[in-house]
Amino acid sequence: MNINIRKFYYGDIPEENNVTSLSQNSKTEKEWPLWEVFIRSKQGLDHKHAGSVHAADAQMAIENARDVYTRRQEGISIWVVESKHIHASNPEDADMFYEPASDKVYRHPTFYDLPDEIKHM
Amino acid sequence: MSLIDLEKSFQEKIDKEIKIEPKDWMPDAYRKTNIRQISQHAHSEIVGMLPEGNWISRAPSLKRKAILIAKVQDEAGHGLYLYSAAETLGISRDQMMNDLNSGKAKYSSIFNYPTLTWADMGAVGWLVDGAAILNQVMLCRTSYGPYARAMVRICKEESFHQRQGFETLLVLSKGTKEQREMCQDAINRWWWPSLMMFGPKDSESTNSDQSIKWKIKRKTNDELRQQFVNMIAEQIKLLGMTLPDPDLKWNEKRNQYDFGEINWEEFWNVVKGNGPCNKQRLAARNKAHDEGAWVRAAAIAYADKKKNKTTHKAA
Repeated sequence: MNINIRKFYYGDIPEENNVTSLSQNSKTEKEWPLWEVFIRSKQGLDHKHAGSVHAADAQMAIENARDVYTRRQEGISIWVVESKHIHASNPEDADMFYEPASDKVYRHPTFYDLPDEIKHM
Repeated sequence: MSLIDLEKSFQEKIDKEIKIEPKDWMPDAYRKTNIRQISQHAHSEIVGMLPEGNWISRAPSLKRKAILIAKVQDEAGHGLYLYSAAETLGISRDQMMNDLNSGKAKYSSIFNYPTLTWADMGAVGWLVDGAAILNQVMLCRTSYGPYARAMVRICKEESFHQRQGFETLLVLSKGTKEQREMCQDAINRWWWPSLMMFGPKDSESTNSDQSIKWKIKRKTNDELRQQFVNMIAEQIKLLGMTLPDPDLKWNEKRNQYDFGEINWEEFWNVVKGNGPCNKQRLAARNKAHDEGAWVRAAAIAYADKKKNKTTHKAA
């Protein structure tokens, strides 16, 4: 497929030859691994995915995550996990994968038709 | 599914305002456009630290210095949010860094202008960040999920940047004759480059607008630019200063401000690398990157050493 995008905007200036490179790093420097960052914003709430950082090890990842994602007291606890350890379901299988739940409306309380007079239910 | 079916269902998702996530199928050109736009946006945040970093050591008070440091730190953070969003599309961080440092990748031309006086810190915050915010608010609803989430985070933090800029100018505008002149001079120098930040006129582009169709963008350059002019033309009244455009006036019929023609020759010149500070900015980036090489290598070596120790123990 070859759609040629000529229109561009602030933050989207075309490359000289209009090619965005996906080729691998030409220099040999070893890249710091990528870590996914999860932050608990306050006691009582779940950790929530915030983004990712690069760091040489877990300690540095936590410190970088603090500097990048909690400059305004957004967190009181940070988890980091190397991105390569995350396994994800496949979006292309989503229809089939989640299908078993789609015809089970009786799992929801609203499925049951009860008289209005009934209280505390 | 055939390519045509995939493209059709992709466009249907976009039309239904369903966000695209990293592992979803997407057309190559959508991926490439997003990589280019997000990485350029990230580069702009990173290079954007340089003109302001210039004034950290010369801020007029400890308060102003602390504010400026916080603003520059935010910009580093914004660059990092965006790099990590771009990485979800399959480009590596090192690749992006190399593209920036080699001059291959672009960043917003506005950062190739010099910051000559303290008043420039005010004008940059008010005008440059003000222009960027309009673009960024729109991008909070962009179709690529990780980009949209990064933009939401950025917008929350960005409004402090614009407010502190305006307040810096407000203080100068109430100061001595020299301070008021300095304020006006900074506005004069930053006004036109700020208008150029929105990019070429809509009429300049001939091809169909794929970015709008894919909802990467939701407003055109001219729409955003007009919105900016309307906003600033009112705000400047509170400063008691003027914008350097004799053609700027309210148009009853259009219910908008009319404004003069932008010097597009200057715009293209700066984009092509001939702005006042292009070389200086790239040199500063490369110096920082090169001088940090041993730190990056040492951190990796230390992490490897620790890893080896733990495996030994386990064995």
